Formats: sequence, structure tokens, C-alpha cells
Amino acid sequence: MSRYDARRRTDALARALCVAAAIFGLGWLALILIAVLLGGFGGLSLSIFTKMTSPPGANGGLLNAIVGSLIMTTLGVAIGAPIGMLAGTYMAEYGRYSKLTFFVRFINDILLSAPSIVVGLFVYQIMVARMGHFSALAGGVALAIIVIPVVVRTTEDMLLLVPGSLREAAAALGMPRASIIGQVAYRSARAGLVTGVLLAVARISGETAPLLFTALNNQFFTANVNAPMSSLPAVIFQFAQSPYREWHRLAWAGALLITVAVLTMSVAARVLSARAANK
Amino acid sequence: MSSQGAANSTQADAAARMTSAGAASTGGKIVVRGLNFYYGEALALKAIDLKLQVNKVTALIGPSGCGKSTLLRVFNRMYDLYPNQRAEGEVLLDGENILDPALDLNLLRSRVGMVFQKPTPFPMSIYDNIAFGIKLYEKLSKSELDSRVESALRRSALWDEVKDKLNASGLSLSGGQQQRLCIARTVAIKPEVILFDEPCSALDPISTSRIEELIDELTDDYTIVIVTHSMQQAARVSEYTAFMYLGELIEFGDTSEIFTKPREKRTQDYITGRFG
Repeated sequence: MSRYDARRRTDALARALCVAAAIFGLGWLALILIAVLLGGFGGLSLSIFTKMTSPPGANGGLLNAIVGSLIMTTLGVAIGAPIGMLAGTYMAEYGRYSKLTFFVRFINDILLSAPSIVVGLFVYQIMVARMGHFSALAGGVALAIIVIPVVVRTTEDMLLLVPGSLREAAAALGMPRASIIGQVAYRSARAGLVTGVLLAVARISGETAPLLFTALNNQFFTANVNAPMSSLPAVIFQFAQSPYREWHRLAWAGALLITVAVLTMSVAARVLSARAANK
Repeated sequence: MSSQGAANSTQADAAARMTSAGAASTGGKIVVRGLNFYYGEALALKAIDLKLQVNKVTALIGPSGCGKSTLLRVFNRMYDLYPNQRAEGEVLLDGENILDPALDLNLLRSRVGMVFQKPTPFPMSIYDNIAFGIKLYEKLSKSELDSRVESALRRSALWDEVKDKLNASGLSLSGGQQQRLCIARTVAIKPEVILFDEPCSALDPISTSRIEELIDELTDDYTIVIVTHSMQQAARVSEYTAFMYLGELIEFGDTSEIFTKPREKRTQDYITGRFG
């Protein structure tokens, strides 16, 4: 009797702590979202998408930063995603039982949690310092280094989820290894693979530190990847620190844009993986 | 691993030589001699000797873990997908030793097809599930391919159910239909031998009886080996039965004899339900 009561009290206490922790965590997220929405909506206007960043006092926009972010994110994914998918494919398919896979998985996990500023410094050393100038290409490479471990991890995980019986069935038809992977395993894991890439995009679209050391920033519009390039995180970083109200307004608007983009991609990734799980 | 026989000649030569004379001289489509199989260090099959007759159904029965699926997976070298699994001895398909490490596995598997315990349709359309395998080996026009797909589906008694939705996903079919799709896929690449690994254990009784009818019809053209847990099924579909126990082949003979007057006490105990 008394032991039963004690157990119920413990249960109620544990449950209350769990709920409180969840509310605490989600509460901050909600506050951040509200702050970004309130601060950002005020600054949102058509000129954000049509005008360049301006000197203080002038009426400017974020066009160069938006385009710069798009270009460098695309570069990062274009370089990082294929490398990550190939490595993940090796680990899950060809080298599933090899020591190399074990080793690469270990290194990859370290890379996954490497501070992004270290990645930025690394690329600064190997590219910016040698080329003699900052460039969007270096920015893309830095982002790619962040993309790779994310994609390696999701690709390997998703391919490992493909049932072995499906591979056996394909092999039983005399399919060569490449067809089994390309036509059967990839197809079966497609939603998961896309999710991995989307998550990587979401991850890099907010990265600032690696870009400060590589692409730097650019007050003007450029599509030249061999020159310094503006990006939303870098502009937010610079403008938020300034004493000018117009720049603060633009920084808020930029923060809102990034948040919405990342949120959209995370939701898309969730929907896709839920669909994959239902299949 | 021994690789006498075809070791010195090319495979094409060997295949041509064997199909004409081999089957007759060895007296079986598949001849197993002194086969040992290892999972790592563990010996799973012990000195198996067996002859499988051409265009007959041979059932492999025995309690769980007796090695019947292991034996089946030797016939198309499925075990090759995994490290630490190896076979020694001889398995002759039309006289050619398929354990030869130099053998082209994809060609072997095009001659020895397999249907698995759980239906495994590929994540693509019904049509592509079948066309895919054919396209691996033959370059056909669209109309030729269409007719091959149709005949494979007819052969597996699935055509009437799917002819109006060939572009639907193979995953949208019921379990029994999926299994017949897998049989169609296997039949489509025109193998000589079809291996069935407990093909009905995930199916309801009606689907089961359809698959059994199908197996019966397929024996006109194919040599069939079926692993089954159901002794009734073995009795219904097979001409020959092999009883296995603890990695050994205990008894092999006509199905009717095995089930009515087995020579071995262990066989009798198993088929009368005293163990297993």
C-alpha cells in the first residue's frame, strides 16, 4: 500500500520534471522565433530583394547577400553531397565489414562535431592564404567540409536500413553490384538520402564562422566565385554590431529569411522521412 | 576449395560441353559431392552428397537450424555476399563445379534463380520489377520486352490481376501477389533451376495453394528445389525429399517413400512429429 503510493509519487514527480524540461527547451525556441518574426517582419519589404546592402543612412536591401548565400550554399552542396554520398555508399555497401569503414565512421563522427570556425581557419590556410584573396569558392569549400560528414552519416544510416533481403533478391537475379546499389538500394532509400542532403543545407545556410575566414563579405553584388562574396549570416554579423538603425532593420530581416528557409527545409526533411518510414 | 573439372577450359566451353553430355553422364542437374559449409569456424553442413534430378521438384525438410536453407544458398552461391562463409567440396551444375572461385556469379545466378521467404518486390513498378532483370541479359525492343513481361506474369498466374496496373508500384500488391511477382521476375530471365526458400511461410492458405499449383506447373521447364517447414507441403509438391538434421543429410529418396516408409528412425521421428 505505502510502497504503491510512493511509486505513484515518484512517477508523478518524474513526469512533472520531464514536462517542465520539455516546456523549458521549447519555450526558448518559441521566444527566439517570436523575436525573429517581430523584428524581421518590420524590416521586410520588396526592396530587401531588389537592392544591395547600403551605407548607413541610405535605403538598402539584401539582394547581394541573398544571392551570395544561395551561390555558396549551392557550391557547398554541389561539392560536399556527392563526396558524402559516395563515402556513405562505400561504408554501407562495399566496405560494410572492413576496418576502413570503422575508421572512417569514427573520423566522420569527430568531423560532424568539429567547430565550424576551425573549418573556416583550415580553408583559410589551404585556399585563401595561397590564393592571396578571399573568395566565394573558398566559402563553398568550407561549407562543403561541413556538408560531408552530415551526408556521410545519413547516407550510411539510410542504406543500412535497406533490408538485406532486398539486396539478396537483386543479387539472386544476377544483378551486378553497381545495379543493386544504384537501382535497388538507392531507390529504396531515396527519401532518406534526400532528407540527409536537406538537413545538410539547413545546417550550412546559417553558418557564419567558416564564411568570415573564406568568402569574407562584399558590399556589392557579384556572381564571381573567385572574388569575395556577401552572405546573409556575414551581413547579419556585421550589421547587428553596428550602431545604425537601418542596418539593424536589415539584419533582422536577414535573420527572418534564414530562419524561414531553415524551418522550411527541416519540415520538408521531416515530411520526406515520415513518408519513407510509412512505405 | 577444389576446382577440378572446368578449371582449365573457359566457362563457355565448359557450359556447352556440360549441357550436352554432362547431365546424362552425372545423372542429375545438380550433383553435390562431399560438401562442407562453414559459418566462420562453425561447420554447418557435413559431407553432403546429393543428386537433384532435372525438371523435378526436390524438397529439403528438417528442423530449424538443420542446414536446409544453407544448402539451398550454396546452389546460387548466395553466401558469397557475406564474409566468413565458405563452402568446400563439389557442387556440379550440368557437370560444372559452381564452387569454382573463378566462376562468374552473375551468370550462375541467371541460371539458378531464387525465390525468398518474404516477398521482396523492388521499389519500382510491377512492369519494371520484371523488365529490369531481363534487361540485364538481353537487349530487346519495347514490344519484345512487353511480351516477355506478359508471358512471365501469365506464367506466374498474376497477369489477370495486374494487367491494368502494370505501372503501379510492386509494393502496392498483396503479399501473395508480391510473391507471385517475385516468381515472375525469376522466371522472366529463363533460369534452369529455381530455388524456393520457404516461399509460403509468410502467406495465407489460399495464396499458399496458388504458389503450390504454380510450382507444379513450373516443373515442366525447370528443376526446382524447395525448402519448407511444412511436411504436408513437401508431400504435396515434391517428387523427391531430402531430410536433413544437424547439418547432415540423413535420408534422400522418393517423396512417397520418405513419408510412408522411411529407412531412418530419425526421419520417421521427424515426419511423425516426435521432434522438430
